[in-house]
Amino acid sequence: MKRAHLILALIGIAVLILAPIGQKNYIIYVLCSWLMFSIAAMGLNLTLGYAGQVSLAQASFIGIGAYITSLLTLAGYHWVFGWLAAMGATFVIGLLLGYPALRVQHHFLAFVTLAFNTIVFLVLRNEEEITGGSFGLVGMPRPEFFGIKTMPQLNFYYFVLVLFVISAFVFWWIVHSPWGRAFKALRENPIRAESLGVDTRRITLLAFAIGSAFGGGAGAIMAPLVQFIEPGSFALIHSLKILLMVVVGGAGFFYGPMLGAAVVIILPEFLRFTEGYYLIIYAFLVIVLMVYSPSGLIGLGSKLMARFRPKQEVRKDMAKGAQL
Amino acid sequence: MTDTVLSIRNISKSFGGIHAVRDVSFDVQKGEVLGLIGPNGSGKSTLFNCVLGQLKPDTGEVRVNDQTVAGMRAAALNKLGVGRTFQQLSVFPQMSVLENIILAGQEHQGTMATRLFGPSDAGLTAEADQMIKFFRLEHLRDEMAGSLSYGQQKLVDAAMAFMAGPSLVLLDEPAGGVNLTMLANLKDRLRAYNREHGTTFVVIEHNMEFVMSLCTRIIVLAEGAIIAEGTPDEIRSNQQVIDAYLGG
Ligand SMILES: Nc1ncnc2c1ncn2[C@@H]1O[C@H](COP(=O)(O)OP(=O)(O)OP(=O)(O)O)[C@@H](O)[C@H]1O
Ligand SMILES: [Mg+2]
Repeated sequence: MKRAHLILALIGIAVLILAPIGQKNYIIYVLCSWLMFSIAAMGLNLTLGYAGQVSLAQASFIGIGAYITSLLTLAGYHWVFGWLAAMGATFVIGLLLGYPALRVQHHFLAFVTLAFNTIVFLVLRNEEEITGGSFGLVGMPRPEFFGIKTMPQLNFYYFVLVLFVISAFVFWWIVHSPWGRAFKALRENPIRAESLGVDTRRITLLAFAIGSAFGGGAGAIMAPLVQFIEPGSFALIHSLKILLMVVVGGAGFFYGPMLGAAVVIILPEFLRFTEGYYLIIYAFLVIVLMVYSPSGLIGLGSKLMARFRPKQEVRKDMAKGAQL
Repeated sequence: MTDTVLSIRNISKSFGGIHAVRDVSFDVQKGEVLGLIGPNGSGKSTLFNCVLGQLKPDTGEVRVNDQTVAGMRAAALNKLGVGRTFQQLSVFPQMSVLENIILAGQEHQGTMATRLFGPSDAGLTAEADQMIKFFRLEHLRDEMAGSLSYGQQKLVDAAMAFMAGPSLVLLDEPAGGVNLTMLANLKDRLRAYNREHGTTFVVIEHNMEFVMSLCTRIIVLAEGAIIAEGTPDEIRSNQQVIDAYLGG
């Protein structure tokens, strides 16, 4: 890790440690929610931003993770088991969802994943015996670690922060490993990547599996955070919301999803004083951003930086990608 | 014992009504630099794609180092020591030149696990730097590959094909769009590689000067079939080839 990056990360963590101190419970709840969605968005950033595989199903993986964790903790198991089971299950289901991606791409793949999200929603709603149907599940306990209860909001925040930092580190590690390079190669030129020995099938499946497992991990946090889950929380609109986070933040950039999640979760809170107008202002800001900087906030940042320190750009006059 | 690196037997490939490749057979010996020439649309690239797993031939058999490679995926073939370039530019535009070249070698290092938990360059920075130096790209090492000029990207593309130390390299129009100095440089590099590593080459190229001076043997395709085969001198004076391709 470059020194500057490490310092930036440490400052970020310090800010996150101080952020909730002296805040009202509701603000701390919003911050927890932001960290939780950041983890889910990191996963989608891996699948979409790095590996280039469109997915409109991330909310369903949060859902699967949240239901598994809820059922296990309600049955008396410690949260850690719920968390592990949630990540494991979403990894495997994500792997299976990756199979269609071996055959279809882009908007077709978007439709496949969209259909998957809908199926998960229907299963959660209709399998009342297990999932509680439209009423959902309530009363999930917040875990206790070595005698420390996470029931107080501030404690819970630090619990989420630890998980966030672990997730961010794992994410960072993956995208900077040779796997990360293979993901990018898959996004930029799959035929060339395959001809250089990259097993593009395996890498595609892994991109889905790992990205989904991050979703499952976020779901495991959501269960004790909200302490009430119902199928509607994992409907398609929420997958679109996570997609928005990734795109607004900057797909394919490490800090992209965290910034994007901040915009989607925290900004509306700031705009609340405008009463009924906040959604309109919010939508307008997003449109302006996307027009001005398609690569999101990170792209906007590097655009501004480039005024001072010119940066290279990929040329647009050369067709990219191997074609047979 | 023969030293046949690549053996192509009765390969045919049609696209609808177009017979792109018709019953092509030939062998390539170890250390040979074979040229493959022919008019536009004569099936050269299609033949490469059939050999390298990007396309499935309708009929025929391909053997690499005496092992049949039918139905093998391109990645697996690459692991057997077969490198290639594509006719179209095929670098990874948003990665640096160094990253491009490391990627080209990393899948040949260790296992999936070591590629996740091991060093982020798969231990290849030194080797990649050597390759960069060999192709005289030092000044471009950390530039984004997609920002380079066409000819520079061609060199990066070629360098990638060599990264994993292949025993056989198929190059599809390596000289296209490359300026004269760079061309001489590229020819130099290919020759040096052939000499130092005994690497076998098959080169598709329209630049006659380049092919004739680089290759030891030349095969001419026209309308998907082989019409002539021989040394550069034999090919230059072959009436059939002159009629079909080289012109008057
Ligand atoms: N995917 C495809 N679908 C349909 N026809 C194809 C396809 N690929 C190649 N062909 C046809 O096969 C024939 C041979 O094409 P190929 O690209 O192999 O020619 P080439 O010898 O490489 O030509 P050039 O020198 O222009 O690169 C052409 O007539 C082409 O139209
Ligand atoms: Mg061609």
